[in-house]
Amino acid sequence: MNILEVNHLHVSFSTYGGTVEAVRGINLQLEKGETLAIVGESGCGKSVTANAIMRLIPQPPGRITDGSILFKGQNLVDQSERTMRHIRGRDISMIFQDPMTALNPTLTIGTQLMEGLKQHKAVSKEEARQKALDMLRLVGIPNPKERLTQYPHQFSGGMRQRVVIAMALICEPEILIADEPTTALDVTIQAQIIELFERIQRETGVAIILITHDLGVVAKVADRIAVMYAGQIIEKGTKRDIFYHAEHPYTLGLLKSVPRLDIKEARLTPIDGTPPDLFSPPKGCSFAPRCPYAMEVCHEVPPIQTELEQNHHVYCWLQDKRGKALMAQTATKK
Amino acid sequence: MLKYILKRLTIMGVTLWIIITLTFVLMVSVPGSPFNDQDRNTNDIVQENLERHYNLDKPYIIQYFLYLKSIITFDFGPSIKQSNHTVNDLLSRGFPISFELGMVSIVIAVISGVILGIFAALKHNGIIDYAAMTIAVLGISIPNFVLATLLIQKFAVDSNMLPTARWESVAHMILPIIALATGPMAIIARLTRSTMLEVLTQDYIKMARAKGLSPWKIIVKHALKNALMPVVTIMGTLLAGILTGTFVIEKIFAIPGMGRYFIESINHRDYPVIMGTTVFYSAFLICMLFLVDIAYGLLDPRIKIHKHDGDRP
Repeated sequence: MNILEVNHLHVSFSTYGGTVEAVRGINLQLEKGETLAIVGESGCGKSVTANAIMRLIPQPPGRITDGSILFKGQNLVDQSERTMRHIRGRDISMIFQDPMTALNPTLTIGTQLMEGLKQHKAVSKEEARQKALDMLRLVGIPNPKERLTQYPHQFSGGMRQRVVIAMALICEPEILIADEPTTALDVTIQAQIIELFERIQRETGVAIILITHDLGVVAKVADRIAVMYAGQIIEKGTKRDIFYHAEHPYTLGLLKSVPRLDIKEARLTPIDGTPPDLFSPPKGCSFAPRCPYAMEVCHEVPPIQTELEQNHHVYCWLQDKRGKALMAQTATKK
Repeated sequence: MLKYILKRLTIMGVTLWIIITLTFVLMVSVPGSPFNDQDRNTNDIVQENLERHYNLDKPYIIQYFLYLKSIITFDFGPSIKQSNHTVNDLLSRGFPISFELGMVSIVIAVISGVILGIFAALKHNGIIDYAAMTIAVLGISIPNFVLATLLIQKFAVDSNMLPTARWESVAHMILPIIALATGPMAIIARLTRSTMLEVLTQDYIKMARAKGLSPWKIIVKHALKNALMPVVTIMGTLLAGILTGTFVIEKIFAIPGMGRYFIESINHRDYPVIMGTTVFYSAFLICMLFLVDIAYGLLDPRIKIHKHDGDRP
């Protein structure tokens, strides 16, 4: 059963230079207890998607212009700010990229942990404290009792990210959105945090949306993967589908650009060119200008969803039989 | 903590001593004496006797130590000009009034400045923001003595709503306090606005929103404490400004505070009063600055007042 369904979501930002469509019609499904990874390069709309689900897009300049976000059948796009406040933290939690700045330097860890719980649940001070201690233990912080009265500056980066995770999980939410949770950490700490995610999911059954550009992290924890490019999802499927049977040229390009230990290769293969300018996105497939296999139709008509296997979808004319028919059509039009 | 306080107290003592010494040097280097007014034609013998009575005939170094002694015992002796009053009398009569004026002004300035700043930041680039910042710029650019006279003209002379001068009831306090508080309020409002705007973009504010806290709670609990840090920092300067501001305002509104004694004592070379008021005010300001520093440490746990090694894991 899907607890979260994002349908045809559009988010745009008004700037002095014009309107940028940061997210252009994405569809996502999240099942109970699974990990969905959203991958893509910087600026492809991953974080905007995450913030849109939480309805934390700064407004103005941002706006959800179209689409729906169904959380257990309830459309979050239409909810009032007041209703959203009840959902945030209690049903859907979010953690951010940089643990160094995500904690308020002037409040103790305990206060920051407990305030979310006090906001959403009727708990006594002692219960809240107990729960906070449990959470600190869950995320693997030694001496939780002492730690509770300490301030963020007394914690290291990895420990802070653990505290942030504990904070996000304290109300036992059903969905945890992790926006690049390991990017700001060094590699050894990254591995620990990733393991923590796996363990927490086993123990609490929380569904995780993991936003990252790190394919190594994805390979470790994700059940399903959605690859984003220029505000759109271009391919999605299970981890196996994406890592072993990727069909979209962009996904293949991404995978080729990751260093591998098992193959002796002197150079990585980069994807040539740069992402399109979202002030004026291309008419057809947004990847077409960089795509080595682009056909005429790719520049003219945006690709539609093609089901390769069950749950493995790609948005690419190369994979779609209808592409050829369209190509003929555009040719005759000319 | 205790070690820090002791260290600070020592430094405060040294600062005060430097101020005392400087004041003494300045005082004796200014020509004139309390007894050579034109109108009081004293003959030489009387003059000599008077000088001997007030120890003014002794060498400067002896006088200096006599002053130090008077400060340590907190007995500045009688005023030379108003010989029926001791300096301590003048201080205990004038200071409470000046203190009241100054403190009420600074409290009002801080409260209204912070509130104005917060609203300006929340309604960033809105009408409230522009209105608040216009008031702030006006407040900063109009000197308090100009504002005071304008206020008197408008509210006391033209509309007769409030008394022009003196210090008797709450109504008497309104105009001088507005005149004195507007400048600091404007500075605080601008500072609060800019730091608040900066704090509101921080990740921990976003995190607080993601936790589902109400906007009110986010501002009071998460943003304000951080935004007030720079305000606390400039409190010391503002206090000094208010302190000197009271002298001017007291003069304009004929308030019987310290300001009058302070200025008159300098004009009359009333040495004990000069020493007494200067030392008293310096000590007061130094103590206030000390309190500001303590408050700073309490607000921000990252500022460690006490030495504590190995806190980081």
